[in-house]
Amino acid sequence: MTASSAYLPPGLPTPAADLDDLGFWEHCNRRELRIQRCSACGHFRHTPMPTCPACRSMDFTWAEVPGTGTVFSHTIAHHATHPALRGFGPYNIVVVLLDGADDVRMVGNVVDVAADEVHIGMKVVLHWEATAEGGYLPRWRRA
Amino acid sequence: MGAHAMRNAAAVVGVGHTSFGRLPGQTPYDLGAWALREALADAGLKHTDIDGLIVSRVPDYQRFGEMLGINPRYTAITPGQGRMSGASIQMAAMAIAAGMANVVALVYGNDGRSVGEKYGGENDRYGGGDGGLWFPYGMTSPGAAHAIMFQRHAELYGTTSEQMAAVSVAFRKHASMTPHAVMRNPITVEDHQNSRFIVEPLHLLDYCLINDGGVALIVTSAERARDMAKKPVYIRGFGQGTELAGSNLPPDDFWHAPMASAAKDCFRMADVTHADMDALMVYDNFTPTVLFSLEGAGFCPIGESGRWVQGGRLELGGEFPTNTSGGHLSESYMQGWALNVEAVRQLRGETGQRQVKDAKLVFYCCAAPLCTSIIYGSDAQ
Repeated sequence: MTASSAYLPPGLPTPAADLDDLGFWEHCNRRELRIQRCSACGHFRHTPMPTCPACRSMDFTWAEVPGTGTVFSHTIAHHATHPALRGFGPYNIVVVLLDGADDVRMVGNVVDVAADEVHIGMKVVLHWEATAEGGYLPRWRRA
Repeated sequence: MGAHAMRNAAAVVGVGHTSFGRLPGQTPYDLGAWALREALADAGLKHTDIDGLIVSRVPDYQRFGEMLGINPRYTAITPGQGRMSGASIQMAAMAIAAGMANVVALVYGNDGRSVGEKYGGENDRYGGGDGGLWFPYGMTSPGAAHAIMFQRHAELYGTTSEQMAAVSVAFRKHASMTPHAVMRNPITVEDHQNSRFIVEPLHLLDYCLINDGGVALIVTSAERARDMAKKPVYIRGFGQGTELAGSNLPPDDFWHAPMASAAKDCFRMADVTHADMDALMVYDNFTPTVLFSLEGAGFCPIGESGRWVQGGRLELGGEFPTNTSGGHLSESYMQGWALNVEAVRQLRGETGQRQVKDAKLVFYCCAAPLCTSIIYGSDAQ
């Protein structure tokens, strides 16, 4: 995979890992989609956070998930809200409800369909996109 | 003290604001000080009468007090988020009822236009959302989050962009009668539909403005309020509700649950009904928020807001004139503060061409992860 196959132009903020989501991005860079899962009650949570909102336990694992999901909602971005997006677009932004991870939803893009082809209920599968930093970013393809 | 004891315990006795638009060279402190001067003059009070101070988006309460040379008994600061305007006014009423202060100045200053605030980019986490997990996907604005929410509403209930246009058209009509409004040229549904997409299905005319300005309100006890320069406007009821759990993404329920809770407590405290409201002030960062708020607050059934706002219902002369000064879409992006000022002016009968005849009760609400509602009354019944 080359940089030219990236869904969005270079220059957008790349994942800026903080103490909470470092583990998430480290697994992504190994092309593993792992979601925080409570060791006490088994509840999945995302975005990464220190406590389980279901039972308040602070013990967790990074649990691998199937990497499939359903488009929960979406939008088509036209306006360049970031300098890197000037002259680019329109492009889609989706919220994907993950399979096998309770109610976890992730923001992403569906890379292989026109912006206006995305619809609520569309089944998608994980697509790993190489980043300029040598890591990987999870995006989606139509299932 | 129960909720009923808070009814009409506090009143707004002074309102003021800067001009709105592009005000280069003015910091939030300058804008706040200007607005406060106006509000104190409106109330017939002096800076030295202030014994409570709540600032929002003015970065530091200490510096603000330092530059005004005041030492209030009670002081607080709230984050510069729109949801905090209503929350701050509620804090003022509670501080007064608790005896911690008797004349509370609420001061807001916003230099977002002049400093090039875009409400996107790396600093924008929409409150609790983890921006680091949004931005690589080109989701860099609150508008995108609201577009995603609206798309769900459209899927579930058939709500359309043309229905949102009714909100924009109504508020612009009101702004055309508001001398201090930033955008005063009337628009049509066609203008709305022809305006460019920002994040589809939201058009440019579904968006609030970004401009500079400051707003201040003076709140005091009902007893003290009787001696002020102008007729007091009573804070008759208020309520709050939150949906913080899971709030890193737009909510599934369009904030119906917390807004319903905020409205229920507010109406119960005020002991009035929806039908009693003479005007509404509904936080309008984006047009869909108005639809979601009207549903959550109980003005129309869940899912029916799109149809409900058609036919001029929100326009002056309609059933519930809403955002009679033009709101964030057309008057000024003062994050709820100017809507509360407009509520006060309507109840004083000061709004000229856009005056709602014999207005006695006005409802304010803001839908967000923290929802607020306030009912203002022209008398202390």
